[in-house]
Amino acid sequence: MAQIRLKAIRHSYVDRPGSDQDFALKRVDLTFEDGGAYALLGPSGCGKTTLLNIISGLVAPTEGEVLFGGKAINDLPPDARNIAQVFQFPVVYDTMTVYDNLAFPLRNRGIAAGEIDRRVRETASMLGLEEVLSRRARGLAADNKQKISLARGLVRSDVNVIMFDEPLTVIDPHLKWRLRSQLKQLHQRYNFTMIYVTHDQTEALTFADRIVVMHDGDVVQVGDSESLFERPGHTFVGHFIGSPGMNLFPCRVDNGAVFVEGQRVLLDAPPPAMVSGRTELGVRPEFVRFDPAGIKVEIRHVADVGRYRIVDAVLGPHSFKIYCAEGVEIPSGEARVSFDPRLAAVFVDGWRTGGEAP
Amino acid sequence: MIQKTPDRKAWLLVAPVLALVAFNALIPLMTVVNYSVQETFGDNVFFWEGVTWYEQVLHSSRFHEALMRQLLFTAQILLIEVPLGVVVALAMPRRGIGVSVCLVLMALPLLIPWNVVGAMWNIFALPDIGLLGYVVNALGIEYNFTQQPAAAWATVVAMDVWHWTSLVVLLAYAGLRSIPDAFYQAARIDGASGWQIFRHIQLPKMKRVLTIAVLLRFMDSFMIYTEPFVLTGGGPGNTTTFLSIDLVKMALGQFDLGPAAAMSLIYFLIILLLSWVFYTVMMRGETQR
Repeated sequence: MAQIRLKAIRHSYVDRPGSDQDFALKRVDLTFEDGGAYALLGPSGCGKTTLLNIISGLVAPTEGEVLFGGKAINDLPPDARNIAQVFQFPVVYDTMTVYDNLAFPLRNRGIAAGEIDRRVRETASMLGLEEVLSRRARGLAADNKQKISLARGLVRSDVNVIMFDEPLTVIDPHLKWRLRSQLKQLHQRYNFTMIYVTHDQTEALTFADRIVVMHDGDVVQVGDSESLFERPGHTFVGHFIGSPGMNLFPCRVDNGAVFVEGQRVLLDAPPPAMVSGRTELGVRPEFVRFDPAGIKVEIRHVADVGRYRIVDAVLGPHSFKIYCAEGVEIPSGEARVSFDPRLAAVFVDGWRTGGEAP
Repeated sequence: MIQKTPDRKAWLLVAPVLALVAFNALIPLMTVVNYSVQETFGDNVFFWEGVTWYEQVLHSSRFHEALMRQLLFTAQILLIEVPLGVVVALAMPRRGIGVSVCLVLMALPLLIPWNVVGAMWNIFALPDIGLLGYVVNALGIEYNFTQQPAAAWATVVAMDVWHWTSLVVLLAYAGLRSIPDAFYQAARIDGASGWQIFRHIQLPKMKRVLTIAVLLRFMDSFMIYTEPFVLTGGGPGNTTTFLSIDLVKMALGQFDLGPAAAMSLIYFLIILLLSWVFYTVMMRGETQR
């Protein structure tokens, strides 16, 4: 096991990349600490899988270095990196039994039969595959097939990292929970470094301690679920995480004071006095309160979603949403609201200002 | 859940197809059955013969020899075309402009009318003016497919390989393309060799299309008529007289309609039986999930 570091990684699938648009990964500097559970979260096409494949060695980065435990390993082929990778669709060798599937990577390395047997059985018991060891891999259900893909990586001793590329896509919903919690247990018991790629925020939030949010080839924020929710570093994180996403209003910043549609909004951490670029005020629906002393808005529509209600309101020409717990009285027509001054923030060209840097 | 309600009126929708199948398959087939148990001298006069023609065909050495030639030919072209098709499919590019170029080149032989293929190879292989015949003779190998049985046989086999390997290539290529990249990536992580990738990933994933390829090539080659008829006319002697050529000789050449009808039915049953055997053997284990 080792710390994994990506140093100034850029990658392009184009032969001679010119502008930034040619790069699937624009510039990534990331460190995955030994034993951490990480999620790479972002929409399809944001570069998560490319990043994963660079770590596993399936893709050679156009620029930059990959370091395992401080050693550059750019030139090592995938099978020499001691990694496990689980793909979106289960990869099993149809013609072999489960046992032979697990033994396959070891046999390819010329390991002695006794040692192979010991490790295969150990790995199988780790994942609960003992009972199907003698079965043909082809006949198994999707979740067991995914476990076989995983086990083929784990069977090698001293695995550096286990990577999952949207591994639950083809798994039935009721098995998803089970498999995910088994992965979580595996992490807690054996302390493998795990990197989990997904576009599903619930999956990322429940699986990982640290979440790397990616957008359009860039890492926009790394943090735990709380910081992503409370202090999104980028408007993209604001609307990608949370349901509904963060409200954004174009705003005017005048010497540290923030105005939306001519009304002053108070913030604990005001933006710097001098800002240039597109300025927006971002506040999550959860951080908006009805407040007689607040700014004037108009209520349009209330949707009851069960345990809470979502209020559609407009502030000038901008519609936004308010999250309302049960029991809170919702005025109709004109109302006044305030934004939590601790958690609302000004974003300049998409990036958060004020408070600590993301 | 789909609610299934039996509705007899549904048969009405199927009826036109049934009528069509009856008209163009069953009725002609029954005519053949009719001929196979009777003797006729024309003028629509028939005499009942029972199974006489069947016995005659089954005991005739002429039929046995044609059947042996047929089996040998089919076995040879399957053994050549299927592995060759897989090798060519593996060598084809997976992306880029080369894909379309290769696909078009591969499709070309399949688009040529069968009798034209025969005529082409006839000229191509002529020892004096044909390119192939000339070159082979120039290499010091005596070659004349109109006179040497072995040369005639080899030319027919070569022609069939040229004409039909493409079909296997296209099917195998389609099978290869359907393998997700993840399989190759996982194999790289597992440190699998090229042979192991072929043996454990590509071949199993191609199994279904190869089953179809073998079945199609078996049935087509077992019924081959046009190309050898144009190329060699079944000769020299009877050396390239396959079952269908023999059948046509019997039915139209000698006008032995009864024995020819019995032979067609036996021929039909052999194809049916062997196709079933091929299919069962190749799909064995496929259903035990």
